Amino acid sequence: MRLKTRFTLAKTTPMETPGFSPLKGFRLGLILLVCGHPAICPSSLATAFVPKDDQTVLERLRSTAAPDALTVELRSLRRELSAEPDRLDLALRAARLYVGKNRSESDPRYLGYAQAVLARWWDLPQPPPPVLVMRATIRQSRHDFEGAENDLRQALAADRRNPQAWLTLATIQQVRGDYQEARKAALAVFRSADELVAVTCVALITSLNGEAAKSYALLSQAVEHNPRADVSVRLWSITGLAEIGARMGRIQEAETHYHQALALGPSDTYLLGSYADFLMDQGRPQEALPLLKEHTRADNLLLRLALAESQVRPQPASLAEHIRSLRDRFEAAKLRGDFVHQREEARFSLHLLHQPLEALRLATANWKVQREPADVRILLEAASAARDPAAAQPVVEWLRERHVEDVELAKLGASQQ
Amino acid sequence: MLLMLLAASIPPFAQAHKSSDSYLNLRVAEGRLSGQWDIALRDLEPAIGLDENDDGVITWGELRARWPALDAYALARLRIDAGKGAVTMRVTEHLVDHHTDGAYAVIRFVADDYLGSDHLDLGYSLLFDLDPQHRGLLRLELPGGTQTVVFSPDHPSERFQLGQLRPLHQFFSFATEGVWHIWTGFDHILFLLALLLPAVFSRTEDQWIPAARFRPAVINVIRVVTAFTIAHSLTLSLATMGWVRLPSRWVESAVAASVVAAALNNLRPFFRERAWLVAFVFGLVHGFAFAGVLRDLGLEGGALARALVGFNLGVETGQLAIVSSFLPIAFALRTSWVYRRLTFQFGSAAIALVAAVWFTERAFDLKWLPF
Repeated sequence: MRLKTRFTLAKTTPMETPGFSPLKGFRLGLILLVCGHPAICPSSLATAFVPKDDQTVLERLRSTAAPDALTVELRSLRRELSAEPDRLDLALRAARLYVGKNRSESDPRYLGYAQAVLARWWDLPQPPPPVLVMRATIRQSRHDFEGAENDLRQALAADRRNPQAWLTLATIQQVRGDYQEARKAALAVFRSADELVAVTCVALITSLNGEAAKSYALLSQAVEHNPRADVSVRLWSITGLAEIGARMGRIQEAETHYHQALALGPSDTYLLGSYADFLMDQGRPQEALPLLKEHTRADNLLLRLALAESQVRPQPASLAEHIRSLRDRFEAAKLRGDFVHQREEARFSLHLLHQPLEALRLATANWKVQREPADVRILLEAASAARDPAAAQPVVEWLRERHVEDVELAKLGASQQ
Repeated sequence: MLLMLLAASIPPFAQAHKSSDSYLNLRVAEGRLSGQWDIALRDLEPAIGLDENDDGVITWGELRARWPALDAYALARLRIDAGKGAVTMRVTEHLVDHHTDGAYAVIRFVADDYLGSDHLDLGYSLLFDLDPQHRGLLRLELPGGTQTVVFSPDHPSERFQLGQLRPLHQFFSFATEGVWHIWTGFDHILFLLALLLPAVFSRTEDQWIPAARFRPAVINVIRVVTAFTIAHSLTLSLATMGWVRLPSRWVESAVAASVVAAALNNLRPFFRERAWLVAFVFGLVHGFAFAGVLRDLGLEGGALARALVGFNLGVETGQLAIVSSFLPIAFALRTSWVYRRLTFQFGSAAIALVAAVWFTERAFDLKWLPF
């Protein structure tokens, strides 16, 4: 029985480790017994230390010694902004660059910086439309989907043709599983945007709503017809093709697209996560290991790395440390009141900690916020492991109503019947 | 087109969980106010600049050079008011620590002009201007308990009541905690029951036969419960004082194992007349399990002694209540089929099974049962 008390307790972290094989558990128990002695392992407040050497590296701010072009530009933007704080155009440019950095490095601190540069306009009752759209983008990244949608509608009320607002709206609605609404928003993008962007936006939605094959064909064509489109757009589109192909069971083609996408964006964290999941579904977890080894700072990639390590035989020694790291990261987020990570935490609880009840609780809470195939999947897996078919029932219905085509989900749904 | 893409291609699922936090630990003990503040180097870089040679790396030497600026920057953004205006904080140590998202500068400080008070007003404003998503995670240790608060731009200040140390009140509240713990400590209760079930029998050869008279049964129970009590009081005190520390996972697993052993013994006896000895040995383990609660409160001196005695008495009272309600009924029913087969045999088996599951859960960190 975990002892509870009526006093408000600070969060203490007992030394716990996740379940693995009984023999390891026993050995670990012995280690814990030794480490429990305060003389050997001091408590958390006493882990601070004084480095011996002035040359000791404490923190690496970036991977290269010289600042890259983006960093240089941001510095000059911030200098200009402190001289001229009312320059909305500079602030917007800086915010966009920060949001881009967040996307490519998976580091939410940049979202805070983006919000800070827009501070003069953020809390106005009627912020200018570009600020509204930026605010919506930042809110979306924090899973405040309602707040983001409100901002977008406000922006669109001022300008019906704002293509970026429609694009962001379509994405949010797709994530929420409101496919009808998402289609309408995506079609509005068509009127004022570049072909590849518009087709990709539509295809990603319709592929989840009963028209996978047609969407795949259209998107393929659009990619072929736009070889000179911006690299980041092509990356997005080709990753989309890979995911649609994988959902349809077209494994070979999905593999080809993933390789094409990796050529365009070898460090893109979204792509790496998606490909790692694909490899694990195909029973090739060992191929995911070299892919992810350098990216453990991004929590969602560390999760995939740990999942892949748990699937290869023999399991690498680093698995235990990765699990501990992930647990610390989830705890740190909870400490500050962040709950954006429930899907990841549900996967962690189910597949690495082997706690199906907890995983189901997290997956169910996550389902209230977002409904992408990955969210459906973890809910079905958790419900199955927890032997609670009732929890899965509404989701199975939901899938059927929307004609979601996904081979992995179909397998799971069938096993629930 | 780049800008359009940002909107659509931001993966809405969770990204790295490295939003900005600082960890502020404050302690009020024996009339002194001291603290430790951990602030991320990544946050200090845009705030005051640390990477002097701009090579993308912060070294200990670079950080050391900036301590005065860092101290001034941070302490100017923390206000502690004990009713006589803001206290002055004096930095006593500079260190470094690693948290999940990187290296942190650690400053330890004391407030020399703090003279004790009945409340503390805290105001926090670090980094909010540079990052509105920054959070200040405060842990305030007071003699009566520890409190945690998250400071944010929407919640930048908080008042804490320190309260008078009312000894009698403290004593009773810990006594209540003790009773509550025993009542909700299913594993402790089951252990007691497992030991008490055969108390109304006496052993001959390989059999349990109903005890002839009430008095020996009562004496037996008193022996067992007293041994258990002395043992767990002993280890409770040792552990709470910090003289012995055992990891909680080990202790909880051992408690479960003790319940299995006690229950199984009723079915296939491996320790016979010396139930009191077994109660003593296992009582030592149970005492460690109780200690976790008191230790976390960080009490000292008189407050700790009061808490210990109060809590212990509470546990005994709770135990006594259980035993005295169980014993007469058990004695009355001791010859019946209901008691012998159902309660004793089936009950012991059920206890053993539940405890075995607990053991597996606790040893290997799983969660099957909701209790």
